[in-house]
Amino acid sequence: MTEFELPVLSVSNFNKQFGKGCPSCKDSNEDSLKKNYCPVCGTVYACQDITFEVYAGEILGVVGESGSGKSTLMQCLYFDQEVSSGEAYISSYKDGKRDVFAESSQQKRYIRNHMMGKVYQNPLWGLRINFTSIGNIAEKLIAAGNRHVGKMEARGKELLEHVNIPIYRMKEAPKNFSGGMQQRVQIAKALSNNPPLLLLDEVTTGLDLSVQASVLDLIKTIQRELQITVIIVSHDLGVIRMLADRTMVMLDGRIIEQGLTDQILEDPQHDYTQHLVQSLL
Amino acid sequence: MEKILAIEHLSKTFVIHNLNKQIEALHDICIDLNEGEFVGITGKSGSGKSTVFKCIYRTYAPQQGCIWYHSKKFGLINLAELSERQMIYLRKYEIGYVSQFLNIMPRTTARELVKQAVLEMGYEEERAELEAVKMLVHFELDQELWDCYPGTFSGGEKLRLNIARAMVKRPRLLLLDEPTASLDPASKLKVRELIEQLKKEGTTMIGIFHDIEFMENLCTREYTMREGKLADFEL
Repeated sequence: MTEFELPVLSVSNFNKQFGKGCPSCKDSNEDSLKKNYCPVCGTVYACQDITFEVYAGEILGVVGESGSGKSTLMQCLYFDQEVSSGEAYISSYKDGKRDVFAESSQQKRYIRNHMMGKVYQNPLWGLRINFTSIGNIAEKLIAAGNRHVGKMEARGKELLEHVNIPIYRMKEAPKNFSGGMQQRVQIAKALSNNPPLLLLDEVTTGLDLSVQASVLDLIKTIQRELQITVIIVSHDLGVIRMLADRTMVMLDGRIIEQGLTDQILEDPQHDYTQHLVQSLL
Repeated sequence: MEKILAIEHLSKTFVIHNLNKQIEALHDICIDLNEGEFVGITGKSGSGKSTVFKCIYRTYAPQQGCIWYHSKKFGLINLAELSERQMIYLRKYEIGYVSQFLNIMPRTTARELVKQAVLEMGYEEERAELEAVKMLVHFELDQELWDCYPGTFSGGEKLRLNIARAMVKRPRLLLLDEPTASLDPASKLKVRELIEQLKKEGTTMIGIFHDIEFMENLCTREYTMREGKLADFEL
């Protein structure tokens, strides 16, 4: 059956390793590795043979234990890290015909600034903590080619309002804000260039329950209103259940299972996924 | 009449790794459903009725057999082999599922819950509001409750909300998983009236019921399940 829609992002056979590898682990023979670590040369195979697609307006969840490669995957998608091998195509970039991993760093910056937004687990990584909040948003807008101060300010205000940061505090630096507020400034920043693709890496980890709820509601509303595509990494299955249409489960750098979120939760196939779901409180 | 659903030799075994166990939940199930029909499935708890539904809805991954469904969008397709994206599309536009438990979204009011189902299909805010209100009135949910969180609703109210949310999309195929369980007789009667009305409107439905009395005169046909298999007779 032919597919009835085209993916916004398709990644194939993506690998990321930390270390050079040695003869004993180079063939990526699973038996020679201890989880994803080569005991001989100390190479870590953080992501191995990752292939997946994300479609327009969809929320894709990524779950897995700490160290399973979720964040590395996100970092590589956002070009924070160089990939070791693999290809990725973005439909809005050169008609999805160019492998974005192979583009020049200049082009990668362009893609990142124009087509992606990312929210990091730690606001320190995604924000300039001493800049004003509106300045943080302007930074992303400038990177995306905006030069009109008035327009940028208007856009910044609109976004801050959207994420419930009072406008009268827009000239304050995020370092003065609570964790939840910082996270919302980060979301506003990530959304400022209207990215078709939003990457969320453990955005609610470490927030208290009520703040977590407001951040989740915000993501859900924004996603529905703007119809953007979201990849969300979390180890909280509750978050995934609430937000994601489809879910991938990662273990030791590999995708061990993917499917409809309710199917992953109610009828997990893989040993590890069953263990994960049974661990739900 | 055109066939809308044909389940052929469906089997399902759950493999539970840490207990080193295999549980055969379904064995060689064959069920047909024509357009506009209301087919009932009865059987004891644990006989596999819900499992069949969950296989159709793909909450469970089917293993063996085919689930042929006549889709408006995709034509004749096998739900057991469909891509996840296609299944998401069908859930959005063609197949509705009403379980006995309301799957509540946290911090979402009854009105929002029904509205979201319409918004999901890509309609405008105003249209969604209009359709949602129409449904809430139709299913006689007390107006005072519309802007409350359904977590606090009674069983009957939750159920009616649940059906409203599924029906607002006007699905071609509606799966009713014990919609009358744990309801008092008056609420049951109301659900019955609703089902009769849906039937009149031409919705194809397949339902699981415990009490046979309820099903009588309502279903076009009945299947009985026993220990994961279809019992030989058909009423």
